[in-house]
Amino acid sequence: MTRNVTITFQNTEEARPIIEAIEADNQNATAVVMPAMVKIDCPGRLIINRVTVEEKIGRDWDLQELHLSLISLAGNVDEDDDRIIIAWGS
Amino acid sequence: MAIQSIGDYDFPARDAIENFGGVLVTYWNWLDHLMFCAPVAFPFPPDMRFGDVLEQVFPGVYGAHPDFNKIDWAAARWTLDGQTFTPDLDRSLAENGLGHKSVVKFETPGLDGIKGSRT
Amino acid sequence: MSENPKKLNLKQRYKLLTRGLDWETTYQPMDKVFPFDTFEGIKIHDWDGWEDPFRLTMDAYWKYQAEKERKLYAVIDSFAQNNGHMGITDARYVNAIKILLTGVTSLEYAAHRGFSHVGRHLRGVGPRVACQMQAIDELRHAQTQIHTLSHYNRYFDGFHDWRHMYDRVWYLSVPKSFFDDAMTAGPFEFVTAISFSFEYVLTNLLFVPFMSGAAYNGDMATVTFGFSAQSDEARHMTLGLEVIKFMLEQDEANVPIVQRWIDKWFWRGYRLLSLVAMMMDYMLPKRVMSWAEAWEMYYEDAGAALFEDLERYGLRPPKYADIATKEKNRLSHEVWSIFYNYTHAAAFHTWSPEDNELDWLSEKYPDTFDKMYRPRFDYWREQAAAGNRFYNQALPQLCTTCQIPMGFTEPDDPTKICFRESVFKHERYHFCSDGCKDIFDWEPEKYVQSWLPVHEIFKGNCGGTDLKDVLKWYHLNDGVDNMDYEGSPDQRLWAEWTANRSKAAE
Repeated sequence: MTRNVTITFQNTEEARPIIEAIEADNQNATAVVMPAMVKIDCPGRLIINRVTVEEKIGRDWDLQELHLSLISLAGNVDEDDDRIIIAWGS
Repeated sequence: MAIQSIGDYDFPARDAIENFGGVLVTYWNWLDHLMFCAPVAFPFPPDMRFGDVLEQVFPGVYGAHPDFNKIDWAAARWTLDGQTFTPDLDRSLAENGLGHKSVVKFETPGLDGIKGSRT
Repeated sequence: MSENPKKLNLKQRYKLLTRGLDWETTYQPMDKVFPFDTFEGIKIHDWDGWEDPFRLTMDAYWKYQAEKERKLYAVIDSFAQNNGHMGITDARYVNAIKILLTGVTSLEYAAHRGFSHVGRHLRGVGPRVACQMQAIDELRHAQTQIHTLSHYNRYFDGFHDWRHMYDRVWYLSVPKSFFDDAMTAGPFEFVTAISFSFEYVLTNLLFVPFMSGAAYNGDMATVTFGFSAQSDEARHMTLGLEVIKFMLEQDEANVPIVQRWIDKWFWRGYRLLSLVAMMMDYMLPKRVMSWAEAWEMYYEDAGAALFEDLERYGLRPPKYADIATKEKNRLSHEVWSIFYNYTHAAAFHTWSPEDNELDWLSEKYPDTFDKMYRPRFDYWREQAAAGNRFYNQALPQLCTTCQIPMGFTEPDDPTKICFRESVFKHERYHFCSDGCKDIFDWEPEKYVQSWLPVHEIFKGNCGGTDLKDVLKWYHLNDGVDNMDYEGSPDQRLWAEWTANRSKAAE
């Protein structure tokens, strides 16, 4: 069984393009909106691409800006300059 | 398994009987009456009469329950530290076998709490 | 990625800013300089095996933390300027954040101290940098919580002396003893306890649904510090998972040691969170999800994924997680009952839930609530309406390990109190559960020192034997901070405000 990885953001203007980028790049991702927050689940693996977020906001974006709107996550994290991957398994 | 520590590790028991000025700490649990959320604790002198607990102490605590006045004490079933026993109401707590941090539970047959909810 | 030869990429930056900052000592052996990082039996062969998956460096840390603070203080200011406290759903809600301030804020500060200590005592520079950041984070959390909640202190009771209360009040010995237990352990046990078992496995349950609930109840200030803190927690969680993998990868002999710590700290953390279960199910006038639903989402699903992933290192899920799952439909009701029984000795109010709230609980807990719990709430409400509000007139028996009143029931029989017992050096000790008994049995030498509030009252160490004396010693204003919400000064104030508001609206 493939378990979900999850990432949760504040429901803010700043997080919205990140959430949209995740939905665009991860076909199996599902977003659940709760008061003040959005929880995204995705089976096995989820990627956040810097370029996709930049396309949505029309400016350079540093992946570490993610920390400003992040609430929680579950999965092993690997980050470099271009993408963050959250995954179960090695 | 001994504790892992950076040096000698041996401290006295904080709640040993000698720290309580001559009383026994005792715990009491009226089964099937969870309106009282947890067993209650009392510091009692070891020579206190067992019957005084029922007659002098319980009414101020368990008296808040509508079942309390219906209790037939002669029919109550008791355990002391996990063993069934029949308290002798006219003897002391110590003579009845209560020690420091003993647990006394009692069941009152026919009384099963508010609307039978064991509360 | 653009090929700018002058710009370092993230991995290079992380390497340069977290490696080679230390040195091998020569005047004194390393083991004397770092005396605490070996006695627990954890073997580390290569400290550079530690890597922060976010690769956060100190410069980036300051930049983003400063930004978070700016955002937070903008909200706090606007909350105060706009009388945000009047926008909450109901003043009963404020009692949940009284618990937060008296219970959680002091833990944040304790965590700051703990991570400062551990950062000093681990000899690898990677984890030391991570501990330094976390120590600063935790201090920030304590400060922002104090600052935010000071606004409520202007209007509501029970907020005035939280620091003093943390060291004295009976139910605050639950969080205090939890953290003191962690801080008096070695550095590896501390990070397993706090970074992994608490932050990774359990804090989602504290901060995520509860803060979402705060938002739902109009408390923008609390939501904002909650989520601002939680954005740090997400990093702490990632490090918590990393520290576990690091220990397990370093040496096979570490596996059983780590497993035992996970077993212990899962259970201690779970027992501590029973307070949160009560806050979610009973103290939010508008509710987001039940404790049982949160447990399913954040432990049963997320925890299953986590522990499946860790299987490859030889770890299994925490012992007694199955008991926690069995308790999910009763936990909040048992804990609310404890506080309802003893509200005359608490620095916050409890109350009889309203009909719609009871209905919500019936719906969320269809198998247990109507049968087991609703009858007691109905009875208590009738009694309160007749001027006979029930308060338990005797002190409760406490669990030696978690220090919570022994209100939890047998895993397979929710009508019977669960008793467990151990004898150590001819002295008897009582526990609320197998989990708490196991923790004691592993290190009885430690828990024989437990400062159990009820016993300390009996010994005469808490200001006197009369409840009034004890409350005074707690710095609790009798008749103001404690007792039922119905008839409290908080309630009168709130009623006055709402009356003025409806008058203004006419």
